[in-house]
Amino acid sequence: MSKTDVTRRGVLKTGAVAGAGVALPTIFTASSAAAYTNEPTGGTVTLGFNVPQTGPYAEEGLDELRAQELAVEHLNGMGDGGCLNTFSSKALKGNGILGKKVQFVTGDTQTKSDAARASAKSMIEKDGAIMINGGSSSGVAIAVQGLCQDAGVIFMAGLTHSNDTTGKDKKANGFRHFFNGYMSGAALAPVLKNAYGSDRRAYHLTADYTWGWTQQESIAAATEAVGWETVNNVLTPLAATDFSSYIAPVLNSGADVLVLNHYGGNMVNSLTNAIQFGLRDKMVNGKQFEIVVPLYSELMAAGAGSNVQGVIGSMNWNWQLQDEGSKAFVKSFGEKYGRPPSNSAQTCYAQTLLYADACERAGTFNPCGVAEALEGFEFDGLGNGPTLYRADDHQCFKDVLVMKGKDNPTNEYDTLEIVEVTPRAQVEYAPDHPMFAGGDLGKCNPGA
Amino acid sequence: MLGLNKKDVTLLTFVAVLALFAPFILNPFPEGSAMAQFNAGYPDLMQRFAIFGIFAIGFNLLFGLTGYLSFGHAAFLGIGSYAVVWMYKLLDYNVLWGLPLAVVISGIFALGIGYVSLRRSGIYFSILTLAFAQMMFAISYSDLLGRFVGTTITNGETGLQVYTSDPQILLGANEPNTPHLFGLVMNNSFFLEVGAWQFTFNVGYYFSAIVMLVMFYLSVRIFRSPFGLMLRAIKSNNTRMSYTGLNPRPYTLAVFVISGMYAGLAGGLMAAMDPLAGAERMQWTASGEVVLMTILGGTGTLIGPVLGAGFIKYFENIFSKINDNVLHQWFSFMPDGLEDAMVFIVHPFIGKGWHLTLGILFMLVVIFLPGGLVEGGQRLAAWIRSKRGGAEENTKSSTEPAE
Repeated sequence: MSKTDVTRRGVLKTGAVAGAGVALPTIFTASSAAAYTNEPTGGTVTLGFNVPQTGPYAEEGLDELRAQELAVEHLNGMGDGGCLNTFSSKALKGNGILGKKVQFVTGDTQTKSDAARASAKSMIEKDGAIMINGGSSSGVAIAVQGLCQDAGVIFMAGLTHSNDTTGKDKKANGFRHFFNGYMSGAALAPVLKNAYGSDRRAYHLTADYTWGWTQQESIAAATEAVGWETVNNVLTPLAATDFSSYIAPVLNSGADVLVLNHYGGNMVNSLTNAIQFGLRDKMVNGKQFEIVVPLYSELMAAGAGSNVQGVIGSMNWNWQLQDEGSKAFVKSFGEKYGRPPSNSAQTCYAQTLLYADACERAGTFNPCGVAEALEGFEFDGLGNGPTLYRADDHQCFKDVLVMKGKDNPTNEYDTLEIVEVTPRAQVEYAPDHPMFAGGDLGKCNPGA
Repeated sequence: MLGLNKKDVTLLTFVAVLALFAPFILNPFPEGSAMAQFNAGYPDLMQRFAIFGIFAIGFNLLFGLTGYLSFGHAAFLGIGSYAVVWMYKLLDYNVLWGLPLAVVISGIFALGIGYVSLRRSGIYFSILTLAFAQMMFAISYSDLLGRFVGTTITNGETGLQVYTSDPQILLGANEPNTPHLFGLVMNNSFFLEVGAWQFTFNVGYYFSAIVMLVMFYLSVRIFRSPFGLMLRAIKSNNTRMSYTGLNPRPYTLAVFVISGMYAGLAGGLMAAMDPLAGAERMQWTASGEVVLMTILGGTGTLIGPVLGAGFIKYFENIFSKINDNVLHQWFSFMPDGLEDAMVFIVHPFIGKGWHLTLGILFMLVVIFLPGGLVEGGQRLAAWIRSKRGGAEENTKSSTEPAE
């Protein structure tokens, strides 16, 4: 080996040359910046599907992914076209978006804000994704929404039910099709009053994060308005899998209704624990003890099995709906995957189509143009009846379903029945409602 | 030069070259080719390489030199992040205020936790640090501290973010509203197109890389100092050291604090790249990850932890993003039945199965290369040398294990 002499002068020289070499290219390229982040220049456009593939909400995430793949198929003119045929806006022609073929990349949020942001960032920075869609937790949705705002891409939220997503954490680049805690409360309270009377004492178990907090607040407010009393609210960690220690005190609290503000695996476990403790066979205060699960999903109901029988909850959408949009979506989803879609799948499918349609109508992928096309957009035919994307907070307003666990399910997907379709007018609220106050949309950010 | 011997200068130069040219080295495949999936030269991942490199270097100072295995280092990572985001919220987006504070605060916490935990050694020390970290995770995950004082401290599971309603008293009129260093915005990137390749030069990455180099240099100095020798003495025979009349505890406490400060700095940099601090950063899985990084790279070696950090982050970010569609593209040249069979075989190891792939590789490394990736490099170098002539067979390779 030769002798290497490292001198101060030598190091300075090499450093200067290397520095100049690295800096040189920036002189030529700095000015060639695009008009907005990830402007698609070739014949394709890339969408980013960021869903939980591991963790407590993995089931939901995988179903979202199925729906998103289906949406891409329909946008590219493959398959039977699904909701493109029933959608009230006819801008989409099945030739991709603005003539560009739609591609997609996927990532795993792990139901953790950090991991979700890392995977969204890699989609934006590495794969050139122009829009991020999906997710199954409000904490993650809020984190990713903030990221998309900074990066200058559109975020089409998936399943996120916290009031904060379009309340105090709302962002100009973020849009939510799914309903929220306030809407659940407004839809459930009258049904609960009819079913269980107005003289009830409720005990809340709440998942300890933004969604749990705001849903609990909403349900407590709505039920108190019909005469119920809230006995206690206990926060449980999201990562908990055994809830027996939380259920035992319910029996001694004098409450006669248990409200489970849980979702996904949490809800399956807590409901199962509650049934094992025999809560629903008890008589308290001379009344039958009841359990309420404000936010339902088919996947949870399937996981909880016979435990959901007779339990009331609310949903954004259900595959049993008989309007044209729902039928078209359920048909294509069923043909491709051999099972009915969940409501998280439906919201991600609708969001993907809504985004594509907004691009077509705006004639650009520029996030500011797309946002403008979505704001105040009235549409129908995607399965939820006539819907409005409100400009003030980027929240969709539509009918809400009140569901009940079926007593005699005929198969594993037939676990819930629709009790009532609560009309849109009943779940509407002012943009500055106290539960949603404190946020600011800010200005749309096209990035770059 | 710089108070280092020749071998260490070579090593430092090697790391510096790797860091400076990372955008080229990590992007070996042209855009749009099937292999582009394996490119890692995008800002977010490069930043992570540098940041987790710092985290692992700091952890290695404690674990590699003294042998004390801390299972709670992620707590300091989280503290660093919270400190920086709070500075964004109170002052402005300049990262200069937050980073020193992150180092100081995590140092203070390390002093407290280390003072208690270091009364025990071995497994008891590990359990104590783990307990502290989990406690702090629980506190920040539910924002118990915030609830106690009636305001937001960590913002629970959602994570601490900056809102337009925050005071930000130093915020100037034309100041960028993302993290920056005196106007140098961390998110900014310059692109260089060479043929089919696109290389990204990101401000945030180079900032982290420079910090990483400084921290690497510092760790080399600690390794080579009398203090470092003392720490190694603790590892090889603690009892004997006590018999000779030396009290090892001040040394272990000092290195515990230093390593906590490294972790705090890494956490601060994470928030400097992405203005959000989440509680998951403090979870035990994150503490375990840095242990894996260090062992995978080579415990007690200088460069090992950096390699290990890069290795794990690469798997987490690249393998988890390969889905069945990508697989079908790769194997599309095969006949249909075979293609599906291949996809079926590979499927468990990609996408959500990246943990499995990493686990298998970790097992292989630990079984066949107990000294980590560094040992692999040394064996390779020795093999090449013996092929070349065998004259210099007995000379030790240039990259230096601690023992």
